[in-house]
Amino acid sequence: MADNKKKSNALASNPIVKAIGGQRLIVICVIIALFAFFCIKSPAFRQYSTILSILDYSYYISFMAIGVTLALITGGNDLSIGTGMVCYALVGGFFVTKLGMPVAVGMLIVVIMGAIMGVLNGILVAILNLPPFIATLSTMMIARGLGSLLTGGLSITWPQASTADGWFRNIFKITVGDTKLPLGFLWVLILIFVMTIFLNKTKPGRYIIAIGSNKEATRLSGVNVVKWHMLAYIICGIFTGLAGIAYAATFQAIAPGTGAGLELDAIAGAIIGGTSMTGGSGSIVGTLLGVFVMSMLKTGLPFIGLQANWQQIITGLVLIAAVFIDVIRTRKR
Amino acid sequence: MGEVILTMKGIDKSFPGVHALDHVDLEIRKGEVLALMGENGAGKSTLMKVLTGIYKKDEGTITYEGKEVEFENPRAAQAAGVVIVHQELNMMSHLTVAQNIFIGREIMKGKLIDDAKMNEEAKKLFQKLNIDINPTEKMGNLTVGKQQMCEIAKAISHDAKVIIFDEPSAALTEAEIEELFKIIRDLRDKGMGIVYISHRMDEIKVITDRVTVMRDGTYVGTLITKDSTKDDIINMMVGRVIYEDPKTKSNVAPDAPVVLKVEHLNAGKMVRDVSFELHKGEILGFSGLMGAGRTETARALFGADKKDSGDIYINGKKVEINSPEDAVKNGIGYLSEDRKRYGCVVGKTVAENTTMASLENFMSGLFINKKKEEESAWKYVDALKTKTPTVDTEVVNLSGGNQQKVVIAKWLVRDCEILIFDEPTRGIDVGAKSEIYTLMNELVAQGKSIIMISSEMTEVLRMSDRIIVMCEGRKTGEIDIAEATQENIMHMATQRN
Repeated sequence: MADNKKKSNALASNPIVKAIGGQRLIVICVIIALFAFFCIKSPAFRQYSTILSILDYSYYISFMAIGVTLALITGGNDLSIGTGMVCYALVGGFFVTKLGMPVAVGMLIVVIMGAIMGVLNGILVAILNLPPFIATLSTMMIARGLGSLLTGGLSITWPQASTADGWFRNIFKITVGDTKLPLGFLWVLILIFVMTIFLNKTKPGRYIIAIGSNKEATRLSGVNVVKWHMLAYIICGIFTGLAGIAYAATFQAIAPGTGAGLELDAIAGAIIGGTSMTGGSGSIVGTLLGVFVMSMLKTGLPFIGLQANWQQIITGLVLIAAVFIDVIRTRKR
Repeated sequence: MGEVILTMKGIDKSFPGVHALDHVDLEIRKGEVLALMGENGAGKSTLMKVLTGIYKKDEGTITYEGKEVEFENPRAAQAAGVVIVHQELNMMSHLTVAQNIFIGREIMKGKLIDDAKMNEEAKKLFQKLNIDINPTEKMGNLTVGKQQMCEIAKAISHDAKVIIFDEPSAALTEAEIEELFKIIRDLRDKGMGIVYISHRMDEIKVITDRVTVMRDGTYVGTLITKDSTKDDIINMMVGRVIYEDPKTKSNVAPDAPVVLKVEHLNAGKMVRDVSFELHKGEILGFSGLMGAGRTETARALFGADKKDSGDIYINGKKVEINSPEDAVKNGIGYLSEDRKRYGCVVGKTVAENTTMASLENFMSGLFINKKKEEESAWKYVDALKTKTPTVDTEVVNLSGGNQQKVVIAKWLVRDCEILIFDEPTRGIDVGAKSEIYTLMNELVAQGKSIIMISSEMTEVLRMSDRIIVMCEGRKTGEIDIAEATQENIMHMATQRN
């Protein structure tokens, strides 16, 4: 018994063993293999600017993916994040460019709208017990229409980098001397760290996992499952808001009605990273790795001459492989 | 009396740790309704499962229409004419009645399903049974009673010669039961052999011709229904066996304060006007047959299900319990009868399950103190002798008894004063069982109070200080352990209103 105790403590206190392992290790290998493959195949890929563009693409997907990982862990889903993100960025931009509000206020609006949508999704799923797929499919449609409606169907251009109000773009990519530094990656890493702690070390995190694993048993333990279930969706909404800011900073103009399908990239990233579709398990670090696989494919495939259609097909195959691993893993139990 | 159509002789069946059937005999005759009776766990269902090929017997012979048979699976039994109408209806509610009846053996016209022909055949079946059901109706739109009729129609569509009804009346209304009986009599008169499993003594008297009684996996005897009284049957069901060390007197001090008082609790159909008191240091047994409403009472008390009315007092103070969260705050812990679904989060570790109900005590500021959590988990693993390699082990890997101990640990960590044990030893092997009994006795000795729901008479008589008996959602008796016997408990448990 004493030996066991020591062993378990040693294992538990080794975060590297916990953080890596299983599916994540495979995903890391896949990322390295993909990177090596693209580097060998294409000299253009080997440039610093390519890495920058991989990262650029990864920020907003990463934020969405971190958020949706929580929804997935509860055994649910959030389809509203893709169109939601674009909708919030549109509305925030509308307040900045058309109503002349400070950029900081616009950014705040983006995040608050995300949080409101999270509350709405949370009410539908946790209180009214709608199936998450249907609930968030509906809010996705609402978000899409709402964005176009508020901006009168026009594209919104957040302030450009060259202008004084363009400072927010530097949050994600700052130019020091002649080199552009991917500052956004730092924010992603910090949030990954914070959310990993949240999920594994705090009470709400523990309850969110427990709800996904067995909601009724958790409820019968005297846990307020409705509250924590809602929280998962609210956090998901807030991260979608953050994604909206990153999206606004990355792209020159934002068109209403777009964004559909981006949620699938985020969800795919989370799944590839080892989050279970049936809930109860998942890791934020894994999600980040999954997102990297996705953005590596998106950016890399054109360099070896495979165009958009092939990217879709290959991404689909990767997703099947990832889910298959999950199925095998659950079957073993 | 008709001629014998099916005989089971010396049927023996063991599961790991349980001798479920011990050389049981059964005789089914043509044109007769045979009641199969016994307490919960007497082996009635197991025997029928052996007959219809769901389980393989270890020993014994089954003779059907003069030939020795052993059905490979329910399908083979059906094909031979031995069918079972289950208590839980197996049906696809989105398909039509006819589609349900012919599922798996659809009538074809070339490569396509011939729905018209199936509807026609189904109609003929219903005519044979004298019942009025539209074959094209969606199954889900029918009442439970009508659905059961469809099951029966499906059964006889296999050219059944022996039909087994497993507690068919459990979900039916009085009128539906009448109709069911009409059909059963009709089938009997057509020369079929019918087995009727039920707990309801009054029904047995009305519908059956003979009664075969089982107890603890053994055959006790067979009576002619019209020549025997309710008492005869009950005496056979409980028997004269001396169960291992039943408690002879209550261990609770006469002046022990009331810790929990429930008044006029109502919740749906299964909890009707239930009132009782629980004293400090007492084990209050809840006895009754399946579906008596004991679990429902516990769940309503715990706030797991909505209650319609009723007051709950803890230590003399009225409390509002509308959710498990409220109950836990008031010091009540609930060990569910269905551990896997409601008791523990099986995909999570022993440590995580142990602290689930009291996580706030394991926080260092915002964060969970994993070290403290694991220490506490180890403490209870050692105290309860839970067999687990580490506290990091996922609960799914533990045996039933050890899972139960993890759930108990969860409520001990929370330091609940009132514990509800719902079938605490169900599916647990003998050794772990007595450990759980010891543990319960220790808990009450420490001044905790326990409500124990149990379907095992042995367990009730061995553990309880006082016993409350329920039947069909009502409290039908309350008895001190000193006066409790199996007979008077069984009497109260079959007392329909």
